[in-house]
Amino acid sequence: MTSNTFAPTRSLNPFAGLMSGTAGPVIVVVLAIIGAWYIGSVSLNTPFQLDTYERADRTDVPFSELLSDTLSQERPVLPAPHQIAVEIWETTAEKKITSKRSLIYHSGITLSSALLGFLIGTTLGILLAIGIIHSRVLEKSLMPWIIASQTIPILAIAPMIIVVLNAVGVSGLLPKAMISTYLSFFPVAVGMVKGLRSPEVIDMDLMHTYSANRLQTFWKLRLPYAVPFLFTSMKIGMAAALVGAIVGELPTGAVAGLGARLLSGSYYGQTLQIWSALIMAAFVAGSLVALIGLVEKLALQRMGMTR
Amino acid sequence: MTALAGAKDTEMVEKHKSASPDRVIDIEKLSLTFETNDGPVHALSDIDLKIEQGDFVSFIGPSGCGKTTLLRVIADLEKPTAGSITVNGVSPEEARLNRAYGYVFQAAALYSWRTIAGNVALPLEIMGLSRSERQQRVARNLELVNLSGFEKKYPWQLSGGMQQRASIARALAVEPDLLLMDEPFGALDEIVRDHLNEQLLQLWAKTSKTVAFVTHSIPEAVFLSTKIVVLCPRPGRIYDVIESDLPRDRTLDIRESPEFLKIAHRVREGLKAGHSYED
Repeated sequence: MTSNTFAPTRSLNPFAGLMSGTAGPVIVVVLAIIGAWYIGSVSLNTPFQLDTYERADRTDVPFSELLSDTLSQERPVLPAPHQIAVEIWETTAEKKITSKRSLIYHSGITLSSALLGFLIGTTLGILLAIGIIHSRVLEKSLMPWIIASQTIPILAIAPMIIVVLNAVGVSGLLPKAMISTYLSFFPVAVGMVKGLRSPEVIDMDLMHTYSANRLQTFWKLRLPYAVPFLFTSMKIGMAAALVGAIVGELPTGAVAGLGARLLSGSYYGQTLQIWSALIMAAFVAGSLVALIGLVEKLALQRMGMTR
Repeated sequence: MTALAGAKDTEMVEKHKSASPDRVIDIEKLSLTFETNDGPVHALSDIDLKIEQGDFVSFIGPSGCGKTTLLRVIADLEKPTAGSITVNGVSPEEARLNRAYGYVFQAAALYSWRTIAGNVALPLEIMGLSRSERQQRVARNLELVNLSGFEKKYPWQLSGGMQQRASIARALAVEPDLLLMDEPFGALDEIVRDHLNEQLLQLWAKTSKTVAFVTHSIPEAVFLSTKIVVLCPRPGRIYDVIESDLPRDRTLDIRESPEFLKIAHRVREGLKAGHSYED
């Protein structure tokens, strides 16, 4: 009674605090996705389960049994989240990293070529952008090719790149990395052209009054201006590089890598293997993009560009 | 007018002979026409102007009269289409390459990723000065504009007036004899502007630099200048040049004096006359 007067004047809803931040809405969205996934799993796996019952001459199976059976098939049309979680656990934590069945081993293979391709692609993109902003001739002659390169489906050109590079004696990591490069240089080149051109007229005029040469203008004005653009395009380039590495494994009959897991999974109808490789790929891409985001934050803080 | 045009060639020849050693800027028959999609725009037409060492010259006029363009021509940010101009006896381009002037823009134009000290050091880095020389000049010029202690701050941490003072320190750090200022206090409020005007005048008295100053404030022009150039638009041209006889050593109180008001009145009349037949 009297103690009530000292109670905080908050809502009595225990979730009020949770929902006021960002954590609450995020949890709600994740739960909604998982819920929709379970509904999809049950409805997509039911026809096969009914067939099985029919062949076993079982009728009037209770719904609860049907439900649990659809969520524990060996090769479901759509695996349930907990099945994928178990599969990922078994192929990561419970396997040695060197094992051919370890998802970490396969992720590592894909990651190494994606990272190599990303590094080459980012360097290439930056160099192309520097050339393009300083030379009208380079812009006119390069830009159409750069754009045309991205209109070719990567699935069509990936085998060509691997075959051609093999023919000239390049094999191993590099051909796959080249496909990542092919995909990741583009966002970096376009983003950096935009970034290096973004200084205001007044900033350029200032450099002109100091009689700064092109190199000084580049280092002291254009490049710092382009840093936020670089990080944004690197995030896109990183995700594209990972896609490139996976796609590069598909047409070559690679035996290792996330792409190889996807391929062998689809040969043998191992949907669990496919989905766990997909989730792993998404996780790796997400982590890398988050890592770039972290570096971006630190870099911009150091440059005094965040408040 | 025809007589003047005929005399142009002989004047051009004699110009170098007659140029006095104290002449900082010498402009003769200068015109600048911008070619636009709507036809040519005569930004500057037939400008004649001489600025001596130690002058404080204000360019005043309505927008579109070419006062900023004129300053940009002096700074080699625009090229004239006719006539001649020398800065320190050489072409504006050569003067720019000699780093003869410091330019203060309408906006502070500080680089956001550099600290205040870093911004002031920017031209010094481009000039290739040693680290210790840079540090000395940064400290000296920040003190000159009363910004000591703000070295490590970033531009966004400073007020508009402080940012503009930092940009003045940056222009001064080059240690030019000529200071070109394009409405440097235009975006600031009256009180801050008065304060900075007084500081600028003290600075000018201390350093005996030549200043070319663009403004559209009559009191600012009269308070600061030894010479006021009134421009009028379409085409941009000089309407009146007023030599101020106010003492060089001035305080804000001088704005109440009859001499001050007399000059201000003449400037106002000039602006009105140059403008009247437009409306």
